[in-house]
Amino acid sequence: MVAMEQSVLCRDLNKEFGSGDMRTLALRGVDLEVHPGQMTLLVGPSGCGKTTLISIIAGLLYPTSGEVTVLGQPLNRMRNGNLIAFRGKEIGFVFQQYNLLPALTAAENAAVPLLIAGWPRAKAVEKAKSVLASVGLANRVNSFPRQLSGGQEQRVAIARALVHEPRLLVCDEPTAALDAQSGQTVMELLRKVAVQPDRAVIVVTHDNRVLKFGDRIVTMSDGRIERIEGRT
Amino acid sequence: MSWIALKMLMGDRAKFLGLIFGVTFATLLMTQQISIFVGIIKRTASQIVDVRDADIWVMDNKVRYIDEVPGLPDMDLHRVRGVRGVAWAVRLYKGQVRARLPDGNFRNLILFGLDDATLVGAPKEMLAGDLADLRRPDAVIIDKAGYEYMWPGEPWVLGRELELNDRRAVLVGVCKASAPFTTLPILYTRYSSASGFVPKERHLMTFIMAQPEEGHTSSEVCRRIEAQTELQALTRDEFFGKTVRYFLSSTGIPVNFGITIGLGFIVGAAITGQTFYLFTIENLKQFGALKAMGVSNLRLIGMILTQGLVVGLLGYGIGLGLTAAFFEATSGITHLAGLYMTFDAAIGVGAAVLVIIMLTALLSIRRVLVLEPAVVFR
Ligand SMILES: Nc1ncnc2c1ncn2[C@@H]1O[C@H](COP(=O)(O)OP(=O)(O)OP(=O)(O)O)[C@@H](O)[C@H]1O
Ligand SMILES: [Mg+2]
Repeated sequence: MVAMEQSVLCRDLNKEFGSGDMRTLALRGVDLEVHPGQMTLLVGPSGCGKTTLISIIAGLLYPTSGEVTVLGQPLNRMRNGNLIAFRGKEIGFVFQQYNLLPALTAAENAAVPLLIAGWPRAKAVEKAKSVLASVGLANRVNSFPRQLSGGQEQRVAIARALVHEPRLLVCDEPTAALDAQSGQTVMELLRKVAVQPDRAVIVVTHDNRVLKFGDRIVTMSDGRIERIEGRT
Repeated sequence: MSWIALKMLMGDRAKFLGLIFGVTFATLLMTQQISIFVGIIKRTASQIVDVRDADIWVMDNKVRYIDEVPGLPDMDLHRVRGVRGVAWAVRLYKGQVRARLPDGNFRNLILFGLDDATLVGAPKEMLAGDLADLRRPDAVIIDKAGYEYMWPGEPWVLGRELELNDRRAVLVGVCKASAPFTTLPILYTRYSSASGFVPKERHLMTFIMAQPEEGHTSSEVCRRIEAQTELQALTRDEFFGKTVRYFLSSTGIPVNFGITIGLGFIVGAAITGQTFYLFTIENLKQFGALKAMGVSNLRLIGMILTQGLVVGLLGYGIGLGLTAAFFEATSGITHLAGLYMTFDAAIGVGAAVLVIIMLTALLSIRRVLVLEPAVVFR
């Protein structure tokens, strides 16, 4: 089974937004493979389509045309209901703006994917605490987001993205809102904790200082893949 | 998920309180106004309800409501007594008279003249004095609110005098009576005394009070009286309904209360709707993140409905509590006594609150449903 060797397989992906004069071609025939056990960095100038591409890979957007197969599932042919369940089970998300729930503690926030999956609350929070410990926040489990620094918030978000042990992690500019030191810490954590033999990690970034963390660097330009460096 | 929904809701303390305030305000205003409305409208017919010892009211066939009744010739009493199924029938006078107090002040009063032999229509509960004393010459009994109106701040003194149509009347008792719509004092006397207290009219008898025989229903006997006498005969409930309908259709009361109640609904809905919508908008990013992380639209709807229902339930509960407290606090005030929160008002307002919450939630749900999960990366 060739398809199972890659976590993500994109074939001739196109994505259009709008119509008429407002029409934008965000992706123009993207072919890409993403492998498990690696951190793949997605870089390129603003507006080149990075976010659009990972949105399609993460099952948040349908492509206009082309094939996208994630963990053996043809996402472009999946019904929305199945796509939602697929996201909840298989994909972890890290956002630029963390998107933590301000009313929940760090542990409760990190437990959200398990709660979505129907875990009992006590059990979910227990598991979330152990994951928080692995990102170095064992002593902040009961803090609220407003009591945490940006770097700490992003570490809570990483714990949340990993708590349900997804096989694909997508991160859109996880260090963009952070100072250099915190960005460094976050990338080191992703490298150390997130990358696992059976998990693929995709990180969109603008930040040249984090390039050294990637196993592969995919450079995009104007809706196309321009080049791919690193191990395949 | 509903746990997360509630955490989100209560996390924003100011909005949460604002939401509850909106529902509480609407509930309080609507329940209080509906209850007062119902209470006041019932007062228009309270003298009908107070008479428990006769079920049938016979009167001129043109009568529209209890306060506008012409006299009947005494002959009619005998004709009613002759109708099959009538166990007994007695006369009753009800009208307005002017009383002059020893200090020269005068007051309008509602006067009941009760059948001398049976005292049908007499007050059921005496607070001072004895009903039997009504048989003494020129004796009158006044209701509690009436006494306080006539002699404000004074203790109950029996034997005090007032002048009715230049005739002396002697107070022999104070009784309980339902508040009349006009808030005038109610005076009870014997029919024979009433004829002296009322300026000369050709016919004094305004009502004939009758009771059906065993085995006949009131309404059946009423119809028979009407067929045989061309008088109007109504059961207690029919006369009550007729009087209430008259006040509803020919006064501004329903419109005025309707406006206040409508305002309560609109203002409550506006505060709640706007705050809830703002709350949703502010949390749109969080809802988007949940959507991305695998929460289905159905569960998001469930979350928003949970938030709405909790706000509705809390606001409604507090609103009802405040309404009850209002009526409790005012029950000692004579003019407001007898007004209380009605069950129907509570149920009706509950339904109105549910409508507010549903409309409000619908706006928010629409917003969350059209939300693209991909916005989380924007
Ligand atoms: N929902 C949308 N509607 C219309 N146009 C869109 C939409 N999303 C993206 N685009 C357009 O598609 C193109 C690619 O956008 P995308 O967000 O993928 O770029 P990006 O590489 O992530 O940029 P940045 O580095 O600034 O985040 C841009 O021209 C953008 O304006
Ligand atoms: Mg982007």
